[in-house]
Amino acid sequence: QENVDPQKTAFLLRKAWTLYSVTPLYRFHRARLRDYARLLSAFIAAEKQKGLAVEVGVELDIKVAVSSLADLRGSEQDQAAILVQLSLRSQASSRNSEDKLVWLGWFCSVYGDDLSENVPEDFTCLPLFLTHGAESYTSMVGSWFQKTFDCCFRRLAISPLNLSWMVAMWAGCTLDRATCAVELVFSMPHLSQPLDISYAIHPEDAKALWDTVQKTPGEITQEEVDVFMDCLYAHFHRHFKIHLSAAKLVKVSTAVASAHCDGIVKILHSQYLPGVLMLLTELAISQIQ
Amino acid sequence: HLATSLPLPSERDHLRPRMDLIVFMIDIKSKYSLKNVEASLAHVDASFFLGKVCFLVTGVGRVNACSIETNAVCKLGEAYCSPVLFCELELEGIRAATAQRLLRMLQICAGHIPGVSALSFVSLMRNSDDD
Repeated sequence: QENVDPQKTAFLLRKAWTLYSVTPLYRFHRARLRDYARLLSAFIAAEKQKGLAVEVGVELDIKVAVSSLADLRGSEQDQAAILVQLSLRSQASSRNSEDKLVWLGWFCSVYGDDLSENVPEDFTCLPLFLTHGAESYTSMVGSWFQKTFDCCFRRLAISPLNLSWMVAMWAGCTLDRATCAVELVFSMPHLSQPLDISYAIHPEDAKALWDTVQKTPGEITQEEVDVFMDCLYAHFHRHFKIHLSAAKLVKVSTAVASAHCDGIVKILHSQYLPGVLMLLTELAISQIQ
Repeated sequence: HLATSLPLPSERDHLRPRMDLIVFMIDIKSKYSLKNVEASLAHVDASFFLGKVCFLVTGVGRVNACSIETNAVCKLGEAYCSPVLFCELELEGIRAATAQRLLRMLQICAGHIPGVSALSFVSLMRNSDDD
């Protein structure tokens, strides 16, 4: 999967994706993608007729495209990703006016062998679903898939434990130019008014710290992540006398990617796209199982 | 008796009754609570670890808020030969059941249950864990 064409996946970068876990799809056939697009389009039009999902600014004269992203997968066992695009049909009669893309969603599996190994033949495993666009569209697309393929969508939350893995891994990545700080956002508990603390670290310092902690390149252990986080907590406590370890880690940001505990990620660097997707696939699978 | 950490202040040593059971509370949402417990363990006399110590992990209902690996806590329990109980204090039913369990353990540790000693009880709990 090093052959992933960066041009084809460029549209995935620098967008805030909302994450869901999806159970395996029953009797999903890759040859029928055009049919599915037509059926989904009809479903959305029907929803409009029913007067459901009516929201100010949400148009329902929607064109649906469903396509396969052959390169977006981890191993040969993974199913290739499926992309669903919703565009607003252009009102103007002129041929040159383009449809406006209003919603994007894609299913993928990167090294999702843990799930696909144990599943009967009629099922297609694409445990990670990422969406960008209005929630009302997400809910319509989700309903159609649930009805048609008997699957189940759930928002994928990311625990502070998993966020600390992400920040340790991503802070340690080698980049040509470290463009932005490593930032951790904590929410302080038990206060009458919400209080967030943002802790920003120079990316070179963060990488230097991770390099002293990590013993085997390419391998990360829970102990190493703990040591990395403890160093950050100790440094903060020395200066501000606050124990960040008693607060809830809610968001991490690095030059590679950023992630929020509500299950929202932004991937910034194409080089690390497979690595980030692999981690998210793993989280989705553990939420399903 | 409630305390946020050990050791207890020495000024009141002479007024303190005998301690029969120590329950270390660890909040799964707070890494700090685990560190605090680990530091406090060093101040406990070795004789307590013969059945008079137990670890209580709270907040387990919210899997998405956890900052501590449950493995780490189980390993702590194994290292100190003491049982680890998991509970969710926000649910009244579980809160009541946990309180009853602790009370039962306390009765055994204080010697109020004839025929069962703290040590025999804790080895009973450990054997059932291994199964």
